[in-house]
Amino acid sequence: MTDTLLKDDKIFLAKRYSAERRFKFYGGAALAITTAFLLFLLLDICRKGIPAFIEHHVNLPVLIDSTKVDASDPASGDFEGIVKAALRAQFPDVTDRVEKKKLVGILSQSASSDLRRAVINNPKLIGQTITSSLLLSDNADLYLKGAEGDEKIASLDTLRSKNMIESRFAWRFFTNGDSREPEQAGILGALIGSLLTVAIALSLGLPLGVAAAVYLEQFARKNGWTDLIEVNINNLAAVPSIIFGLLGLAIFLNVFGLPRSAPLVGGLVLALLVLPTIIIAARAALRAVPPSIKEAALGVGASQQQAVLHHVLPLALPGILTGAILGLARAFGETAPLLMIGMVAFIADVPHGFTDAATVLPVQVFLWSDLPEIAFQSKTAAAIMVLIVVLFALNAIAIYLRRKFERRW
Amino acid sequence: MTLWSLIVLAAFTTITYLMARGKALKLRDASGSGLLHSLPNYHGSYSAVLVFLFGLLIALAVPMFMPIGNWISPVATAAVCAVVGYFSYSKINLTLRARNRFEEISLYILVACSIVAVLTTVGIFASIALESFRFFSEINPLQFLFGSKWAPTGEPASFGFIPLLGGTLLITTIAIVVATPLGLFSAIYMAEYARRDVRRFLKPLLELLAGVPTVVLGFFAALTVAPFIRHAGESFGLVVASESALAAGLVMGMMIVPLISSLSDDIINAVPQSLRDGSYAMGATKSETITRVVLPAALPGIVSAIMLAVSRAIGETMIVVMAAGLAANLTINPLAAVTTITVQIATLLVGDQEFDSAKTLSAFALGFVLFFITLALNYFALRFVQKYKEQYD
Repeated sequence: MTDTLLKDDKIFLAKRYSAERRFKFYGGAALAITTAFLLFLLLDICRKGIPAFIEHHVNLPVLIDSTKVDASDPASGDFEGIVKAALRAQFPDVTDRVEKKKLVGILSQSASSDLRRAVINNPKLIGQTITSSLLLSDNADLYLKGAEGDEKIASLDTLRSKNMIESRFAWRFFTNGDSREPEQAGILGALIGSLLTVAIALSLGLPLGVAAAVYLEQFARKNGWTDLIEVNINNLAAVPSIIFGLLGLAIFLNVFGLPRSAPLVGGLVLALLVLPTIIIAARAALRAVPPSIKEAALGVGASQQQAVLHHVLPLALPGILTGAILGLARAFGETAPLLMIGMVAFIADVPHGFTDAATVLPVQVFLWSDLPEIAFQSKTAAAIMVLIVVLFALNAIAIYLRRKFERRW
Repeated sequence: MTLWSLIVLAAFTTITYLMARGKALKLRDASGSGLLHSLPNYHGSYSAVLVFLFGLLIALAVPMFMPIGNWISPVATAAVCAVVGYFSYSKINLTLRARNRFEEISLYILVACSIVAVLTTVGIFASIALESFRFFSEINPLQFLFGSKWAPTGEPASFGFIPLLGGTLLITTIAIVVATPLGLFSAIYMAEYARRDVRRFLKPLLELLAGVPTVVLGFFAALTVAPFIRHAGESFGLVVASESALAAGLVMGMMIVPLISSLSDDIINAVPQSLRDGSYAMGATKSETITRVVLPAALPGIVSAIMLAVSRAIGETMIVVMAAGLAANLTINPLAAVTTITVQIATLLVGDQEFDSAKTLSAFALGFVLFFITLALNYFALRFVQKYKEQYD
């Protein structure tokens, strides 16, 4: 009798324990799936993006023909002809017109403009034969990186077997603006645009946000008006970002007549977007400072504002800074509202001021991801890598600051 | 040119501060200690803040009313700054209550800053409401809300909102179905099982996922997840659209996981330890304690977290712009292509906008609806917690 009861109890207990183990396993599995997703996402982006940091050149002996370049005016010389002639000289047996066209197609358009720049800088080169390294086109580049499915490009195989192909780190990706040609496209324009936009957003959003937080947390009396502001801020924090784009379009562009596509407008919109984030973080930081500190300051004769400015605010500063960095990261990665205010155009020039037409890094990612050329896919992933490195660095700084200055009173 | 005005303004503010403080210092030194009402710094700050406010007004107002003339705005700013600076400088004397006045002004500045948030809401509401009103004067609101065909560029154009709502809800449902178990179990594991050091490592990891920009997730959804689902589906003989709702929904779900897990984590941690201890004392295992004591106590908070997640998913733009389709199909098949409210807003407003056509204005009407859906969700999420929250202690 007692034996059977014990046995039943044991079975029951075993069931409960295995349920316990299962439950714990589910929790671990959920975290594992999430982590695996993040890792897979990052690895996939890196796998796609890393090839874009490498570009291929062909080293050719180039005769700077003095009949094609006038020494008095090297800028207007026929460098395209010179480059083409140099390439054809390597393949004397290609005579068919179609084949010839295909042959010069392996060179990028920027090959001739690079050479032109070199000759303008050093006009003594005219008439000489120099070994010049010429940038290859996107298709040739992809072929050399081993893209599958393309037809064989015999000329490239020949050049490679002659050891004339050279692969280099693509600094061009960081020093060029956008371009229609994948091998010439870079992120400098978008990066500068991002910096200008975020600078405006932060220089407006941070003082406004901190001031609002200080007022609400330290000075405001509890009444209907303060409640209204508070409810407002919480709602704003949850408004979809695309709605802020509608606000920018209808108010900043249509009513105030500010220029389209300008970092100024983008910055204004993003400032309003990150304002609730900063206010909420700053309020939490201010609330964490014990009231006894303020009371001690008041007790020795400081005014309300002196107590806040000299004692409470400095102690809350690390927390506020963390919030500011998270707001900065949010502004840096935001795309949708900027589409509404026209920062989504093709802009080849690097912006020079707050009212120039510009685009930002996330929007550049969006633009490139839409393009049909296969080479842009890897450019997109490379731009994402830059974006993510910046964002992760910002987040890491925020986490570090929080750990370093986290303080229990 | 506003930039020049601001530079002029900054220069004048600094100079005024230094000069006013200098005069106050001289007064103090000449009069002996204790006779100067306010500290010299406050005399400086008081004069400087007056100069700054009047100068800022001019620097911003002049270009708005007189867009021509590049040099007018900086010169006007300089003139006003000089005049205000001179007057406030000449007013400085021993009895001037500079600190009190400065503190009064700075309090008003703080109030003004906190009103910006209210103005933003008013601005959002006004801008979308006005344009929506223009839209609804052309299109019957009932036709918009209950129409089942969305073709803003068609001939004749038709603006039926139902397929967009259907698409949005389909993708949101997929996202929530993915995100709720993952986020909730992650939160339970982190709050109840994970050791301190593991927790310190996992929490930033989830924050990193939350920090990945949505445009990156959209790229991933469109170029990696969608083709994968398509190949997988085809190998089972299913017809999968290349821009399937499933791909966008899955990735959006992963985007929301950190939101749900961090909110739930806080809520679970807020459940008093005494409840757990009571349950353990009755002989319950850890999982029994969690499912029968902790989770019921945390339920209102968790429900509100999920509501916030739904509102986030409905308003999310980039993932669906890049990975969901443009065709407005009304379907519940997750393998078909659908479109969402945000996708339509984005596509209608990117490129040339004509503010007299119903096509452009319809984007604002969609924005209006989106604004209200998210607002309502947030409101109810808040109310839900307030209403059902258990009060301990």
